Amino acid sequence: MTLTKRVIPCLDVANGRVVKGLQFKSIKDAGDPVSLAEKYSNEGADELVFLDITASEENREIIKSLVSKVAQVINIPFTVGGGVKTLQHARDILLSGADKVAINTGAVKNPKIITELMELFGRQCIVVAVDVKRNYNVSAQKNVFTDNGKKFWFEVFIYGGKKETGIDAIEWAKKMETLGAGEILLTSIDMDGTKDGYDVNLTKKIVESVSIPVVASGGCGNPEDMIDVFKKTDVEAALAASIFHYETHSVDRVKKLIKESGIPVRI
Amino acid sequence: MKVAIFDYGAGNIFSLKNSLEKNGAQVDIITGLNKSKEYSGLLLPGVGNFDPAIRSIRDYSSTDFKDYVGESMPVLGICLGMEMFFKKSEEGKEQGLNVIDGEVVLLPNTMKVPHMGWNSLEIERQSNFLEGVNDGSWVYFVHSYMIKTNETGLIAANADYGIKVPAVVEQKNFIGTQFHPEKSGEIGSLMLSNFLSGCKK
Repeated sequence: MTLTKRVIPCLDVANGRVVKGLQFKSIKDAGDPVSLAEKYSNEGADELVFLDITASEENREIIKSLVSKVAQVINIPFTVGGGVKTLQHARDILLSGADKVAINTGAVKNPKIITELMELFGRQCIVVAVDVKRNYNVSAQKNVFTDNGKKFWFEVFIYGGKKETGIDAIEWAKKMETLGAGEILLTSIDMDGTKDGYDVNLTKKIVESVSIPVVASGGCGNPEDMIDVFKKTDVEAALAASIFHYETHSVDRVKKLIKESGIPVRI
Repeated sequence: MKVAIFDYGAGNIFSLKNSLEKNGAQVDIITGLNKSKEYSGLLLPGVGNFDPAIRSIRDYSSTDFKDYVGESMPVLGICLGMEMFFKKSEEGKEQGLNVIDGEVVLLPNTMKVPHMGWNSLEIERQSNFLEGVNDGSWVYFVHSYMIKTNETGLIAANADYGIKVPAVVEQKNFIGTQFHPEKSGEIGSLMLSNFLSGCKK
């Protein structure tokens, strides 16, 4: 037996409430973070991700106390991210009860922070969140792919999907691994909230480019989407939000279906 | 009953404290070993890096680790905490606590390193710490180093990660886990409860 595939519910939190957006926009309320976290942990979630999507400076103390409240009701690994830009901020989150800290914009603005964090807390604590959108404006320096006859490359976006960076996602993932990342949380902005399934193509390319674990995110609409991404790629984990929040599917039921399809999961 | 978690100052010990408290223990966080304060058990948590962690125990304690725990105080080392029981580690240059024979080596690069995720236990022998834990139970690992030892009977459980990775070691008053019981759901909580039962004796 080897490692199981991980099923990870994600809480996107704004102003103390779990919210869900479509392609990083049009947000609606989905519940209380602490009670949802407890429910998912009890249902057998393999890990929990908490992203503060407002990520403002003023919000920081509130988030710290919310992180520790969530940490008190779960007994599974816990990743927290959203607006992390300094060592002190990352440290605050880890000391509030998170096991891993996820960084996106902060890493693009200052890639060295990944190495500094790794040296302080160990590689296993450092998750680099990479938000990716297909860019059909193709140039020669990028890793170019074709889908339905259209050429594109995978571009990294920051500030919650609002700002393009011109950075090629594949090169970026490799660089983050070299600098000290322990895991990549890979989100497809194109698929986010669509419920049309993960961007399998993107996931496959990133998994093949790095040797650290990758978590697929964005687009999960039903358990079959998870089965699909696990069968078509070597991704270690799949993250989903809305399918769990609105009680369409419980975590234990999803994991049971994945197991029945022949994929190793912890039941 | 009061137990102590040694804080090397490098990560999340909140979950461990929380889990012990849920199992009925009073928990102090300590940053040095001092004979004037006696506990029923000591926990060396699994976050941080070998050399700084060893130095924080050595340099901030008024009593030597071996003298402090003696042959009766139950000590649970988790991940890095367990690795420190041994003579040396490929992660650092400092001498380990050297209470169990063996050393700590980097995981082979034939598999993904770190070994991160849920893996199942292959129970090798009976142990109080694993009382009520079934063979094949899932526990959460996140580590890049593993134990290498010739001590027979030391290993109470292994995990299969292409090679056999020692997952639970037990010798005299020292118990070590390569995985994180405080992150391993109900089954991990049961192991912490078993450890606390050992502290009561």
